[in-house]
Amino acid sequence: MPNIVVLVKRVPDTNARIIVNGDRVDLSAVKWVISPYDEFAIENALRHKEAAGGTVTALTLGPAESDKVLKDAKAIGVDEITRVWDDSWANLDSNGVQSALAEAIQGLGAEVVYCGKTAADSGAGSTGPGIAERLGWASVSNVIDVAFDGGITATTPAENGSAVVGISGNAVISCDKGNIKVRKPNVKGIMMAKRAQVSLVSASAPSPSVSIVSHTPPPAKPAGKKYEGGSSAQEVARLLRDEANVI
Amino acid sequence: MSESIVIAEISKNSVAPVTAELVSAAMALGTSPTVIVPCTDASVASGVGYANAGKVIAVKGDCFANYDAASWAQAIDAAAPSGIIITSTSPQSKDLAARIAARRNLSVVQDVVAISGNNLTSPIYSGKAMQTVALSGDAVISVRSNIFAADAAGSSDVSVVDQSGDVATAVKDIIARASQRLDVSEANIIISGGRGMGSPDNFSHLERVADVLGAAVGASRAAVDTWEDIPHSMQVGQTGKTVNPNLYIAVGISGAIQHLAGMRSSKYIVAINKDADAPIFQHADYGIVSTWEETLPVLESALSSMMA
Repeated sequence: MPNIVVLVKRVPDTNARIIVNGDRVDLSAVKWVISPYDEFAIENALRHKEAAGGTVTALTLGPAESDKVLKDAKAIGVDEITRVWDDSWANLDSNGVQSALAEAIQGLGAEVVYCGKTAADSGAGSTGPGIAERLGWASVSNVIDVAFDGGITATTPAENGSAVVGISGNAVISCDKGNIKVRKPNVKGIMMAKRAQVSLVSASAPSPSVSIVSHTPPPAKPAGKKYEGGSSAQEVARLLRDEANVI
Repeated sequence: MSESIVIAEISKNSVAPVTAELVSAAMALGTSPTVIVPCTDASVASGVGYANAGKVIAVKGDCFANYDAASWAQAIDAAAPSGIIITSTSPQSKDLAARIAARRNLSVVQDVVAISGNNLTSPIYSGKAMQTVALSGDAVISVRSNIFAADAAGSSDVSVVDQSGDVATAVKDIIARASQRLDVSEANIIISGGRGMGSPDNFSHLERVADVLGAAVGASRAAVDTWEDIPHSMQVGQTGKTVNPNLYIAVGISGAIQHLAGMRSSKYIVAINKDADAPIFQHADYGIVSTWEETLPVLESALSSMMA
């Protein structure tokens, strides 16, 4: 019976306004949520358990504030919730984050890890494949469908269509939205989540080789040209050729 | 400055043009790169040459028949010298970048849009802010297309290295897309429709313009959520695909923050919307305040006569 881990991350709500104050983003006023793709990872992890048995542990890396997203995952239906953190980790780079998570995953004895294809803050999508490499596991990313038939069968976009990929050993599955509906917490789940205890674990992380220099607002785009009426499409087509040179 | 290595982007069994942009990105880091071409048949690399890349290495291995992150990273790591590794930002290449970085215990910086010395800038929070980081030492970076001018063709010294890896996944089936049309993640020009199109049947009008331009057809989340006939694979935005084509034409799309997150870095944006106050116009290079019914036929015929 598989020991399943699902990674969750606390991020600003995707509708939040992001303010840059000085040379850093100011997140003091944003609402925090589970990163949206992580919800698909939780759903796939729970389906895996329903098909094959085992347990699902939600794991996050972060300070105490991150307990909230673990409790949210518990309310949706995961069995255990674990947080890995060290107060010296204010400025981890991707190498540090992946090392610490990989160590925590090994400590949990996991055989399969689900995560979102990217987190809504960095948008990088490096964590899933990076952890898989550190663990010496297979990885499949941007997964839009998962089936369980002894092993795991994952569907992922490929050139000219999609590839259906079979995985027999341990693996990290990074999840895209796909066509699945994610379950929402119910009242019983929310009550259980309130009482649930977060297990704290420690890990080591290498010192960063990438450091943040500054945050800036996105470059302002010069005001565009605006026309009234459908017939102006003729002029716009001409500008796309003669001014923008894109056609 | 250490060395740099460009991993060539392979598309339809040939080295994709974006690879020449990655060579220029390496030059921006102050290095003349070695270009690695992962392949099953080294003829893919024959004749590949760049003005500013001295060496092209075709890494030939059975593992490169299908994308498998573990074996690709293993083989490329074995064949590539140490240094800063540069890939494109296709979903597959970002995935590969992360695996190679982890294999070498390096950090990875994704979606780079500017390079200045050792400082790299990438969008964060879906483009609502930019982050500049400083590298100290080697790293793996992915660089967005349409940022750096393509390096000129030149003559590079092409060599072949036999190197495969241990394949960790087995492809059971390839499901070809029903339509021959490009996917939004592959296209240089995208025309997308929103709920303003009124019904999924009206997307045929977008397809007609797309056919003239060789464009892909995309959709907003509102359209995908409203109409079952519009598949999620077409969705551009926060929970869909992030694109940065040369030209993005948004039709009947208001410009919700979630849609902008997926397309705001497009080089040129055209907005067609009957609501003059739609937020999409703030991001458009060319805006047309009108219904799609009035506009698309004019656009189609104007483009047809230009492309003829």
